[in-house]
Order: sequence, then structure tokens, then C-alpha cells
Amino acid sequence: MSTKNTPGSPIKAVIIDDEPLARLIVGEYLLSYPQITVLQECNDGFEGIKAIQQYHPDLIFLDIQMPKINGFEMLELVEHPPAVIFTTAFDEYAIKAFESHAVDYLLKPFNKDRFDKAMQKWLDQRAAIQTAATADSPSAPPGPDATEQLLETASQSPAQQHRVVVKTGGKIKIIPLEDIHFLEAADDYVKIHTHNGAFLKNRTMNWFEKALDPTQFVRTHRSYILNVQQVTRIDPYEKDSHLCILQSGAQVPVSKAGYVKLKGVLGL
Amino acid sequence: MARSPLSTGKFLLIFLSWWAIWAFLQISLLIGFGLTASTAVTDSLVSNTLIAVSCAFLSNNMQYYLPKKERYWYILFISLALSGIVLLACKAILVPLLSDKSDGVAYSVFFSRSWAVRFDIVFLQVACMSILSVLWYSSEEEQENRQRRNDAERLAKEAELFKLRQQLAPHFLFNSLNSISALIGSRPEQARKMIQQLSDFLRGNLKKEEQQWVPLTEELQYLELYLDIEKVRFGHRLTTDIRCEENCLGMKLPPMLLQPIVENAIKFGLYDTTDQVTIAIRARLDGNYVRIEVENPFDPETSRPKKGTGFGLTSIQRRLYLLFARPDLLETRVDNNLFTTIVRIPQQV
Repeated sequence: MSTKNTPGSPIKAVIIDDEPLARLIVGEYLLSYPQITVLQECNDGFEGIKAIQQYHPDLIFLDIQMPKINGFEMLELVEHPPAVIFTTAFDEYAIKAFESHAVDYLLKPFNKDRFDKAMQKWLDQRAAIQTAATADSPSAPPGPDATEQLLETASQSPAQQHRVVVKTGGKIKIIPLEDIHFLEAADDYVKIHTHNGAFLKNRTMNWFEKALDPTQFVRTHRSYILNVQQVTRIDPYEKDSHLCILQSGAQVPVSKAGYVKLKGVLGL
Repeated sequence: MARSPLSTGKFLLIFLSWWAIWAFLQISLLIGFGLTASTAVTDSLVSNTLIAVSCAFLSNNMQYYLPKKERYWYILFISLALSGIVLLACKAILVPLLSDKSDGVAYSVFFSRSWAVRFDIVFLQVACMSILSVLWYSSEEEQENRQRRNDAERLAKEAELFKLRQQLAPHFLFNSLNSISALIGSRPEQARKMIQQLSDFLRGNLKKEEQQWVPLTEELQYLELYLDIEKVRFGHRLTTDIRCEENCLGMKLPPMLLQPIVENAIKFGLYDTTDQVTIAIRARLDGNYVRIEVENPFDPETSRPKKGTGFGLTSIQRRLYLLFARPDLLETRVDNNLFTTIVRIPQQV
């Protein structure tokens, strides 16, 4: 097949899928790409994260529907996500949205020709980046950037509409949305306050505002989003602003614009 | 269009007997007033025949036209008008007919004297017939409406049941095909076996009709087929434990009822966990019911069973309700990280 890319350093790949046979077929198809080494096959998202952190692969083959955390959620938790080719039985319409962001997506079952097409696409992209890099032109590598955009889109996927996945220490925690009291901006992170304590996630407030159901979560302030289920009282506070008292006793600032939004959602 | 009451044999018979009784009574009455027998008979037959014809006309007429509003005013006026016509017709026929006879002059005098009573009798009969007809047509209409409503409801119910049965998860199908694709290269024999299993499963899924209940053994075999396919996909993690008491093997249940329950168990027990998983299915007889329990582990961290039916079993609940009109046949239980779905199927005795 393609031998266009530079020989020498092998290309590192990781296959992440919860079905052994599904991994088997990707491995088998990859046999015709001697320049690619599969470093690990992972059973689920957790193993996937570990493998990515350990090996920093150039390319991953990722299933979407997997136990505990799905493929999108796994990507969210990875600091520098590699290029992704999805291998999934996810229905076509749902995956179309991600088409432009991932390298490609392979709908199961897929044949060798389709697989080769996806590989070719990625190898071409990679070659283009490498040429650009050697020519010293300041073009950003599209790989990780595209993956960022992918995550933005993925936040609209059904599974993520009722939970948020965070990393705390070395552990991964899944927070159901109804457990969230409010979100608070904290530098480059967002602090998620729940009844089990607070967790940090490396996303922006804008990202959360877009991802969360606007009838459930209201951005009451530049730095705050609150869960309307948790509201017990709204008190006036200083000029033009209010303070929202939650069931947990926490006080969340409400700006003038935020107050209008909150009143709209609460039907006041 | 509603049938006219006179088109039914029973009603026609009653109508004719009624007519005969009135005719007989009128004859006796007229003889009592001193008329000759032949005059009395002619008078009675002519006037009662005219009444009968107008009654039949009225009743038939209402088949085509019956105002929705002001129904009873319509009855009153049409009865009065018809009675007037009948009486005039009687006079026009009877007076010339019977005046030839010896007591001819006396008859015309008699008729003039008795017109009010005659009108009364005619009006009573015509009005009575029209009221009966109105009631008849109203009830026919009501029955037709009810029938239509029932038909509509039945169709909706059938469609809903069909939809509830036809929920084959596309994920399952495509992932299975992908497994087959993987097996073809390395283990073609096993690929062929899985194609067989998948075909049997799909065939079973297609052919079942709601009306035909299937024996539990057949249903359990079908579940085993489904679980075997899942085992090929997740063989390393899935074990099954199916136990059924001897005495309920022959019991019957609606087709494809257990399938979504087991699918649900697989969804939360296998797709959403990473450890070794056992799906257990138990069936036993519980009085007049077959009681089936499906048990699966779940991960309390990622999915929490809701109160009541929980875990997306609402469509099964709905189906049981449509089939048996009972909301209490599906139960769920949570022990630590084990989730159990219990369904009871009433047996027709």
C-alpha cells in the first residue's frame, strides 16, 4: 500500500475496542502496513487512557460504545489526544457530525478497501504535516486541533447528556448531571461542585454552557453555571445583582443578565 | 347507513301484530256504536292500512333524514301533518265507499262526529312509531360510533404492540456482522456457525405474531441463541446460567417478551461493565403465573436503577399493560450491584 510516508521511525498505533474480534480484524488489516506497529490492544476506555499516556501513539482506532466511559469521553480525558479513526456500529447519522473532525470513521462491519481508504487519508494528512514542518512553515498540526473540535461536537452526543467524566488523581470519576450543584470557572479549568466534593475538568465555561441542557443548567454569571433543580432561594444582592442559595447552602452569584435567564427557565 | 327497523324480521312481526290488534279493537268499537259488521270491518281495515302505510313511510323516511337539533319538535309536526293527511284520505275513501249502503247517510254523519277521536288515534299511533324510530336510529348510530372507536383503538393497540416487539437493536446486528467478518479470516468454520446462529435469531425475530403464544422452552432456546451470539462477541467475559423448573417448561407466554428484558440485562450487565459477567435466568411456577427472573450485575457508578421499573424497561411495562391490562406484572429489585427483573405471566386456565 502506501509507502509515501518517511520510513525509519515506526508509526505507533493503539486499538481500543471492547470486543476482541473487532480488535482482531483491525490488527489483521494493519498487517499490510509494515511501518505501523500496534503497541497495545485495549479492552476499554480506561486501558486506552493508560496506553495513550504511556506510548503517545500517533494514531488510535477507537470504538465509541464501550463500558463505563465511551470513546468520546475517553478522548476528553486525554491531555494530548492523538489522531483518531473511529471504528463503530454507531448509526451513520449520529456519526456524520464527527466526520469532519476525526481522520475518518469506519462503520462496522467494514472491508479492507474501506479501511485502506481511511489509512490513506491519514497517511496523506501526516505526510502534509511533515512536509510543512520540514519547510519550517508555522502551520499548526491539524491532528490535535481537529480532535478538540471533535470533542466539542461529541459533547452533544446522547451519553454525555446525562453525565460528565472527570479525572481526579489517577482515578476516573463519572458524575451524573443531576448530582452537579453548580460549576465555577477556575483559571483554565472548570470546578464542578457536587455533593461528593468538587472536581476539576479542563474545559471552558463556554464549552459547558453549550454542552449542558439549557433548561437544566443556567449560566447565571460569567464564572458560574448552576443546576436549577438545586435552587432554593434567590436573594437580592448589591446593585443589580442577586445571590442564589442552593440546597447545599452554597451561594452562587447571579448577574443582571443571568437573573433574566434564570427567571425565564424557572418560569417566573 | 343504519338499517330501518322494519327491515328486521322481529320488528316487522311486532309491527304487524300491533296493526292487527288495533284493527280488531276498532272493529269491536264500531260494532259497539251500532254499525253493521261489514261497515265496521271496511272502516277499520281502510283506516288502519292507511295508518300502517304512513307509519312505514315515516320510519323509512327517518333513515335518510333526521334533524340533529330540534328532533322532538320535528316528530311532533310531522306526526300531526301525517295524521291530518291520513284522516283526510280516510274520509275521501270511506264516505263515498260506504254511502251506497242503506245506512249511507248515517255513516257520513257518524264519520263527521267521530273525526276528533279518529284523529287522536291516528296521531297516537304515528307519533308512537316516530318516537320508536328515533330511538332506534339513535341507538344504531351510537353503536356504529362505538364500533368505530373500538376498531380505531384496536388498530392503535396492535400497531403499538408491533412496534414494541420490533426493537431489534441495530448495534447488536452490526457488531455481530463485524465479528463474523473478523472470524472469516482466522476461523471460517466458526464464522459459518455464527452466521447460522444470527440467521436463526433474525428469523425468530421476524416471524412472531402477537396472537400466538409460545411455549417457555421455545422462548428459552431463543434466548440462548441470542446469548450464544453475545458470547462469541464477548466470550471472555460472559457466562450464562439458565434454570427452569420442570413443571413450567410447557407453559406459554407472549412471544418476544423476555427478549427485550434479557437485552436490557446485557446492555447494563455486559456492555457497561468491564469484569466477568454472569447473566442468570430463572423460571418457575408461582400459582397461576409463570415467574421469570433475569439477573444481571451493573455498575452503580455509571448507571443507577431508577425507582419503579427502572433501567429502560418502560416499553416492556407498556406491553404487559396492553396485553393484560395490569400494571403489576413487572418488578425490579436491586441488591448491591445485582439488578433483577421479575416478570409474571398469567396463565390462561
